Amino acid sequence: MGAEFVQFSLTPMLIGVFAAVACALPGNFLILRRQALIGDAISHVVLPGIVVAFLLTGTVAAIPMMLGAGVAAVVAVALIEAIRRLGGIEPGAAMGVTFTTLFAGGVLLLEQSDTSGVHLDVEHALMGNLESLIWFQADGWASLVDPVALAALPPELGRMATVCGLVLLATILFWRWLVMSTFDEGFAQAMGLPVSAIGLGLVTLAAISAVAAFDAVGSIIVIAMFICPPAAARLMTERLGVQVAWSVAFAVVSAVLGYVLAGYGPLWLGASNAVSAAGMIATVSGVILGLACLFAPHRARIGAGRSPDAV
Amino acid sequence: MDGFLDALLLDAGYNARLVAIGAGLLGLSAGAAGTFLFLRKRALVSDAVAHSTLPGIALAFIAMVALGGDGRWLPGLLIGSALSAWAGLLAVQAMTRRTRLSEDAAIGAVLSVFFGLGVVLLTVIQTMSAGRQAGLESFLLGSTAGMLYADAVTIAVGGALSVLAIWILRRPMTLVTFDAEYAAARGVNVPRVDLMIMGLVMAITVIGLKIVGLILIVAMLIIPPVTARFWTDRSGRVIWIAALVGGVSAYTGAALSAAAPALPTGPIIVLISAFLFALSLFFAPARGVAAALIARRRFQRRVHRRQGLLALARDEIIHDGLTLRVLQDEGLIRPDGVATEAGRAQAAKVARDEHRWAVAREVHQDSGLTGRYDGLTPIEEVFTPDEIEEFDRRIGGPVGVA
Repeated sequence: MGAEFVQFSLTPMLIGVFAAVACALPGNFLILRRQALIGDAISHVVLPGIVVAFLLTGTVAAIPMMLGAGVAAVVAVALIEAIRRLGGIEPGAAMGVTFTTLFAGGVLLLEQSDTSGVHLDVEHALMGNLESLIWFQADGWASLVDPVALAALPPELGRMATVCGLVLLATILFWRWLVMSTFDEGFAQAMGLPVSAIGLGLVTLAAISAVAAFDAVGSIIVIAMFICPPAAARLMTERLGVQVAWSVAFAVVSAVLGYVLAGYGPLWLGASNAVSAAGMIATVSGVILGLACLFAPHRARIGAGRSPDAV
Repeated sequence: MDGFLDALLLDAGYNARLVAIGAGLLGLSAGAAGTFLFLRKRALVSDAVAHSTLPGIALAFIAMVALGGDGRWLPGLLIGSALSAWAGLLAVQAMTRRTRLSEDAAIGAVLSVFFGLGVVLLTVIQTMSAGRQAGLESFLLGSTAGMLYADAVTIAVGGALSVLAIWILRRPMTLVTFDAEYAAARGVNVPRVDLMIMGLVMAITVIGLKIVGLILIVAMLIIPPVTARFWTDRSGRVIWIAALVGGVSAYTGAALSAAAPALPTGPIIVLISAFLFALSLFFAPARGVAAALIARRRFQRRVHRRQGLLALARDEIIHDGLTLRVLQDEGLIRPDGVATEAGRAQAAKVARDEHRWAVAREVHQDSGLTGRYDGLTPIEEVFTPDEIEEFDRRIGGPVGVA
């Protein structure tokens, strides 16, 4: 836990934590609104967004990529809504049509264009490269107060921290609105709240987190963190505030424990190579959810187990 | 382009032919099986099933290598993927049934966690000495380039078997997806039929892994039924149209990618079916956007025509632009707004029918008949001629004012 830890593990771990928290916060509301799979859809359509941004600008700079991904997310949400309304198709199927088509388009564009000179491929997009976000300049805990070393921090850390802070701030600022429109949309509307704008804002917030996290950690973590920590937290309590706190705690634990298990676990077992940190973080969040499903105090639906037709 | 035509006409070598036929059969059964899923409103469950195949593939590879085998033997990998897909499906069902979480949350949780676990196992395989050339990544997006003869046969046979299974099971599955409660009342075991549908979906997912890849196989199950839904309102036909859409796009996609081996097969197939979807969304005669717009416009004109004629009958001035246009198009009024001979005749008929309806409402207490009054349905379609004669008798002829 010395210089090596600071150099190789501290920044990826922090980025993982920020990404997990940024996704888990909006995830709480998405789950309650039964829109959990929006996160899934967004993280698939991010790929065509960044490919188009790359083809337009010719670089893999962060800002155009994130803009492209954001535009793609908005286009996807609009398309889902359009297909749902125009065709009278149920939302799940409309979502399935949209995100698979956009993802397929992204993959094909990527394979067609010459991206050999840059680090942009499908597997990277899915799995991220959390392990490679190391802090070269650091040589111990003292580097945390060394401005020269601090300037060489991976830029992803700053971006992810900013987005995480932004999401946290938005959640706190719009807390009452979010709660009211999530639990009782009719009441919120009667109170004069802009219900559809709140819904759109929530999806946008989720998209911002997804895009920023995707840049750093790949899309698996994004989907897992949107759903697993909030779902596990949902089984722990009946109060929304407490649930959000639990979800943040679960997200942090998943990120830290997952990273540690991926980086050091194989070494403990005698193997020499680390395994995918992103995959391990998702797995740990799944284990937490599994435990919550088995043992959490508020896991059962009221009436569950009695009605045989509850399929 | 020549290469593409060759492949399309089954001329691009024996393997490519087998792959294209296998893909076509797979697309056929995916479209049909997907319809049952779609009508049951559980389309995205297939996404969880597809993603949860990954750890099974990786574990099967590891197990086969540990037993001294090659590790790339396709049937072994497919069995592994089927087992973990089954585990994923059970996890979704257990979570939905036993806890308060909704199905979409369960789907998302299972697909991300199983996929994450699969990625971890893939990185484990990469560190194994046999894993360097494992090529398991091709299961993510599918690739038919350089497929072994045995693999192609496996896929073609699997595709044919799933088509057969759907043919045999089509009646109970249609019944359950169309009206589960009615099916239960008829004595059909609904949970078992649901299980059969899921089993089929799983089989198709597993067979399709090598061609379409696990990320996009869900598109083959969702897009064809959604496309077919635009063409008809009959559940039996939706199934076969979906099968047709799936079969055509999978066959064309596989042929296209045989001609251009650099392109991954899965995305091509998905984009072809997405193209068919977009076409249907706009131009399908039954529920397409264009058909809906035309029907709406026709309705609007009928409403305006009737309102205009009523106004003519009452000698009121018409101000509405569309009404004036509609009446003028049919030669019912002159450009200056005065009714023509035909216009006066039509207006008189509309006014008379209106009066007949009013009488009909007094005479008939049967709301099943008078309830059909919407201003547009001609009275002749609702009442028989002798009934209408009776209304006319009650209205009576012109009476002098004393």
